[in-house]
Amino acid sequence: MNTTAMRALIRNDLRLYLADRRAMIVGVLVPILIAGFFGYVFGGAGRSEGQGKIPVAVVDEDHSSVSRAIAADLTADPLLAVSALGRAAALDQVKSGKQNAAAVFPRGFGERTTRSLFTGTDKPQVVLLVDPSQVTAARVVEGLLAQYSMKEISKEAFTGSYGRKAIDRYLEQLEQLKPTPLRTDMRTLLLAARRLNDQSNAGVPADGKTHGFGLSIPYTVASTPVTARDNVPYNGYAHSVAGMAMQFILFAGIDAGVVLLLTRERGVWQRLRSAPLHRSEFMLARALATTLIGLFQVTVIYVAAIVLFKVRIDGSWPGFIAVVIALCLLNAGFGLMLATLGRNASTTRGLAMMATLLLVMIGGAWVPTFVFPRWLQEASRYVPTRWAVDGLDGATWRGLPFEAAVLPTVILIGSAAACLLVAIWRFRWEE
Amino acid sequence: MLDVEQLSKRFGSRTAVDAISFGIGRGETVGLLGPNGAGKTTTIAMISGISKPDGGEVRLDGVSVVRDADALKRRVGLVPQDLALYEELSAWANLQLFGGLYGLGARQLRQRAEAALALVGLADRSGERVGSFSGGMKRRLNIAGALLHDPDLLLLDEPTVGVDPQSRNAIFDNLEELKRRGKTLLYTTHYMEEAERLCDRVLILDHGRILADDTVAGFKRQYLNLEAAFMRLTGRALRDGAGA
Repeated sequence: MNTTAMRALIRNDLRLYLADRRAMIVGVLVPILIAGFFGYVFGGAGRSEGQGKIPVAVVDEDHSSVSRAIAADLTADPLLAVSALGRAAALDQVKSGKQNAAAVFPRGFGERTTRSLFTGTDKPQVVLLVDPSQVTAARVVEGLLAQYSMKEISKEAFTGSYGRKAIDRYLEQLEQLKPTPLRTDMRTLLLAARRLNDQSNAGVPADGKTHGFGLSIPYTVASTPVTARDNVPYNGYAHSVAGMAMQFILFAGIDAGVVLLLTRERGVWQRLRSAPLHRSEFMLARALATTLIGLFQVTVIYVAAIVLFKVRIDGSWPGFIAVVIALCLLNAGFGLMLATLGRNASTTRGLAMMATLLLVMIGGAWVPTFVFPRWLQEASRYVPTRWAVDGLDGATWRGLPFEAAVLPTVILIGSAAACLLVAIWRFRWEE
Repeated sequence: MLDVEQLSKRFGSRTAVDAISFGIGRGETVGLLGPNGAGKTTTIAMISGISKPDGGEVRLDGVSVVRDADALKRRVGLVPQDLALYEELSAWANLQLFGGLYGLGARQLRQRAEAALALVGLADRSGERVGSFSGGMKRRLNIAGALLHDPDLLLLDEPTVGVDPQSRNAIFDNLEELKRRGKTLLYTTHYMEEAERLCDRVLILDHGRILADDTVAGFKRQYLNLEAAFMRLTGRALRDGAGA
């Protein structure tokens, strides 16, 4: 093997890469900027005040104690940013995207909800105006609305004036029914509720505290981020840096393939072919040069991510290095394969960009794969880019051990080998 | 030194080179004249090992291009018609690559690159980007790139195409110097005065066949001058038929 020639080729490829300063800077700066943007959108380096709150409007046309109490509960919820608006203004703001949803409490809401709690009839309708592009946010609002409504309506039923009226009315209806064991039990229950209501309205107790009897969810939820270590918050940048590093390394692979195609069209190709150089030496040199360029890019991107975004390799360093090297090998194979499948530089670049963006999207580089439909999540398991992102996520914010990096590394190296095989099969060395 | 026997090449149904045979002696300079599409570049490509012949044989001191291409390639330098240079890199970086392809070590490569740059008059421009060079300078560097491994046979495919007369003269001086040093040159051109000034022998090629093989003096005796010989043999003027 002509190692001197291979060294010369590798050195030349690195020189060509470094000579194009603009492309080199774009190759490392743009992924850092995009990763910064996506990372911030998906939580940044820890959730800050106001970040990620769902904007929601409350339209209170009832002005009852019940509707006011529910609006107050929604306003106090840390997930929501509540604005009190009129119906027309709320509709406009949802339509323009300023609010994700708007809940409209109609006139008579408090009285009718308290009554229907006992009778199950004549339920008022709360209109939830929803931005159709924010369905997930609307579901969150719907859930919180149900939670706070049950609390405040049941509280009103047992302690409020609407409740007292509703109990009396239901008792009157029961008196007109034939005596049955069920009627007797219901009557006993309602009388007990009325006594409770009377006591609650008798005055402020000696301890100074008023006691509501609203129904509430009988447990609390402690939402605990499962990250690398206890008390280490999720860093949204870690995932976006992994995705963008992968995307731009693949772009560098496209460039390497296109450079090879351009070389074929230039006089340099004849000089290379007239030298005592073999196909295997040439291809290996190209693959190694592209791998080294990829490693340089990843190093710069991750150093910037560590300094700027506080991304940490909380998992296995050897696992991280293994995944990165495997990704760069895949990139080299991908670039060579493109150069052997493409007919000319311009069409190859266009098609390769399209294929790369698809791979990157499906691989979860832009948005995490868990937001995908189930079938797409399954499909993404057959895409090597998904394994690259999983491997890098595992080594960074998930804090997984080396064993977790083995499967992604093996799959990436296997994919690289497949690309190289296609490249070797298709590469035209002889004229 | 170089023996070409019954060399043939076809591209589909078209025969580019049709069983040509000729020989070149050590230190001899031979011009290959022919209109565009005559088969000059294809012949050069087969002799340099770039293109596999469909038939025939090329031998350099008995070494076959078919059986031992690497050994032959180490003794042949090619100056392609298209500039074989990376314009983004310096002249020195280009020569480092081309020398490295022939397995030259760092020290030897430095010596050879300095000598080649001195020969083509670019020693003081070695650190500059090739993209900033004039057309003539690029052509000279293109020649320097083929000299690093000190080849016995130099194949020059239209080495002066597209350059101004002053640069052409400078290149010509370089080639005469190589000739004086005993290098064997096979040279394609469509400039009659170059062939007359430089070549010991001229082969006239058309439609893949050698129509005539004689010394410049021989052509002059028979046809008055090379241009007249070319018109008589091919039926067209060389400049009309040859592309840039």
